[in-house]
Amino acid sequence: MKNKYSIFSLIKNAFSYHENWQKAWKDPAPKKEYDAVIVGGGGHGLATAYYLAKKHNMINIAVVEKNWIGGGNTGRNTTIIRSNYLWDASAGLYDHALKIWEGLSQELNYNIMFSQRGVMNLAHNLQDVRDLKRRTHANRLNGIDAYYLSTEEVKKFCPIINTSSNIRYPVLGGTLQKRAGTARHDAVAWGYARGADEMGVDIIQNCEVKGIKRNGDEVEGLETTKGFIKTKKIGVVAAGHSSVLANMAGLRLPLESKPLQALVSEPVKPIIDTVVMSNAVHAYVSQSDKGELVIGAGTDDYISYSQKGSHQIVEGTLNAILELYPIFSRMRMLRQWGGIVDICPDASPILSKTSIKGLYFNCGWGTGGFKATPGSGDLFAHTIANDEPHKLNAAFNLNRFVSGDLVDEHGAAAVAH
Amino acid sequence: MFIINCPFCGERDQSEFKAGGEAHIERPKQPTELNDEEWAEYLFMRKNIKGIQFERWNHAHGCRKWFNMLRDTSNDEIKLIYKMGEKSPIE
Ligand SMILES: Cc1cc2nc3c(=O)[nH]c(=O)nc-3n(C[C@H](O)[C@H](O)[C@H](O)COP(=O)(O)OP(=O)(O)OC[C@H]3O[C@@H](n4cnc5c(N)ncnc54)[C@H](O)[C@@H]3O)c2cc1C
Ligand SMILES: [Zn+2]
Repeated sequence: MKNKYSIFSLIKNAFSYHENWQKAWKDPAPKKEYDAVIVGGGGHGLATAYYLAKKHNMINIAVVEKNWIGGGNTGRNTTIIRSNYLWDASAGLYDHALKIWEGLSQELNYNIMFSQRGVMNLAHNLQDVRDLKRRTHANRLNGIDAYYLSTEEVKKFCPIINTSSNIRYPVLGGTLQKRAGTARHDAVAWGYARGADEMGVDIIQNCEVKGIKRNGDEVEGLETTKGFIKTKKIGVVAAGHSSVLANMAGLRLPLESKPLQALVSEPVKPIIDTVVMSNAVHAYVSQSDKGELVIGAGTDDYISYSQKGSHQIVEGTLNAILELYPIFSRMRMLRQWGGIVDICPDASPILSKTSIKGLYFNCGWGTGGFKATPGSGDLFAHTIANDEPHKLNAAFNLNRFVSGDLVDEHGAAAVAH
Repeated sequence: MFIINCPFCGERDQSEFKAGGEAHIERPKQPTELNDEEWAEYLFMRKNIKGIQFERWNHAHGCRKWFNMLRDTSNDEIKLIYKMGEKSPIE
C-alpha cells in the first residue's frame, strides 16, 4: 500500500529531513510474460496502464520505457490544456479528457497543479475572425464553454497585450475557454506511474524495445534491451518514434516526425495570469508557478529525430512575442529545447487497432497531445481491453486514411497545441 | 540550423529552403485503377525513417528549384545532394 500524501505526511516527513519518503514506484526487472505491454512511458502510456488496471482489472501488465518516464514530449511540452476543437469527434475526445483533468489531483492523490486559468486564442486577420467565430459556435453546440471576444475584451482580459492597430498583425479579436488552462507535466507522468504501480503494474525504465515479434497476423512479444518479453497485447504509445515501432512490426503509418521547440525565460513576478495563443504568428505564452514565461514556437518542416529545431523558428516566435508584448523586451531566455512530434495528415490522433491482432497504436498527437493525456489513456485502455474502440475514439481509427473519413483539425480549430 | 548546398546556387543558409518530405514517391501511372488502400498508401503512408532517408527540398527563397537530398534524420547530417530527375547514386 502506498502512504497517502497529505498535509500531515508532509509535516511528518519534514521532521526526518524528507529522507524517509516511500518510493513512488518500484524498479522491477521484467517478467517473462505479461497480459499486455505498453511501449512508451510518457503520460499517455502511463495513463493507459493506470486505466487498464483500474477499470479493466488487467494488473499483470507492464510499461516499458527506453529512457526515464516522462522524459519524452510529456516533459517537453508547454502544458496547454483546452478542448475547444472544431469537429464533433474532436470535441468529444478532448472534452472527455478535460473532464478527467478536473478531478485528477484528487483521484491520483498527487498534485498535478491543474490550473483553469483560461486559454485565449487571438485573431490577426479577417479569416482568423471568421474561423474563430465559427469554432465558438461549433463548441457551444457541443456543450463546450466558448466566448468570442472583441479587441477591447481581449485587452481587458490580458492587459499586457499590445492591441494597437499599428502593429504588423493587429489583434482583431479572440476566443476564450475559461475551463482551459495548464498542469504540471512531470507530475502527470509521476502521478499515473505511482497509481499504476500501486495496483501492481510493472514500470520498467531504461528498457528499449528493439523488435516486435509476430506469428503470422498475431503479436507474440517484444525484443527489448532487457530480454524477450512474451505478450499477446502490445499498446504502442511512442509519440515521435511511432513509425520506428511500426516498422518493427512491418506496418506503415501516415506520420511524419518533426521538431517542435519551446523556451522559458528567467523567473519574474506574476505578469500574465492566463494562456494566450496566437496561431497566425506562431507564438504562445503563459507563466509557470515559478514565474518563468513558457513560450511555445512552431514546428520545423523537415523530418528529424534529433530533438533540436532550427534557430529561425525560435527567432520568428520571439519576434511575434515582442510585438504582442513589448513589456517582455528586456527578458532573458534561460532554456530552449525541442521534442519530436508525430504529425498526422489531418492533425488528429490515431487511437486504433491495426491489421495485426493484439497490436494497438496510440499516436499522431503531434503538437497537441498533452491536453488529452487522461482521456487518451482511458480510451486506449478500453480499446486494448475490449479489442474494440470506445465510441469516443471510434473516429480516430487507422482506417480513416483509406475510407477518406478524416477529422481535419488543421488551422480551423486553432490546432497547434 | 544547417548549411545546404543547392546544386544550382551553392551553399546557402537552411532558412532559405523548404523541405518537401520523402523523395521518389511516384505518382500512380494508372490512377483510375487504384483501389482505396492503394490511394491511402500513395497519399498518406510515409516511411518516416529514423536514420538515412531520401528527401526532396526546394530552394524556396533562392532559385526556387527542387532537388533531392540524402540525410540522416537522427542527427540532421546531410550525406548527399543531387538534382531532380537524376537517379539516386546509391541503391
Ligand atoms: C515543445 C512542445 C510543446 C508542446 N506543447 C503542448 C501543449 O502546450 N499542449 C498540448 O496539449 N500538447 C503539447 N505538446 C504535445 C505533447 O507534448 C504530446 O502530444 C504528448 O506529451 C505526447 O505524450 P506521449 O505520452 O504520447 O509521448 P511521450 O511523452 O513522448 O512518450 C513516448 C515515450 O516513448 C518512449 N519510446 C520511444 N521509443 C521507444 C522504444 N523503442 N522502446 C521503449 N520506449 C520508447 C520515449 O522514450 C518516450 O518517453 C507539445 C510538444 C512539444 C515537443
Ligand atoms: Zn538554389
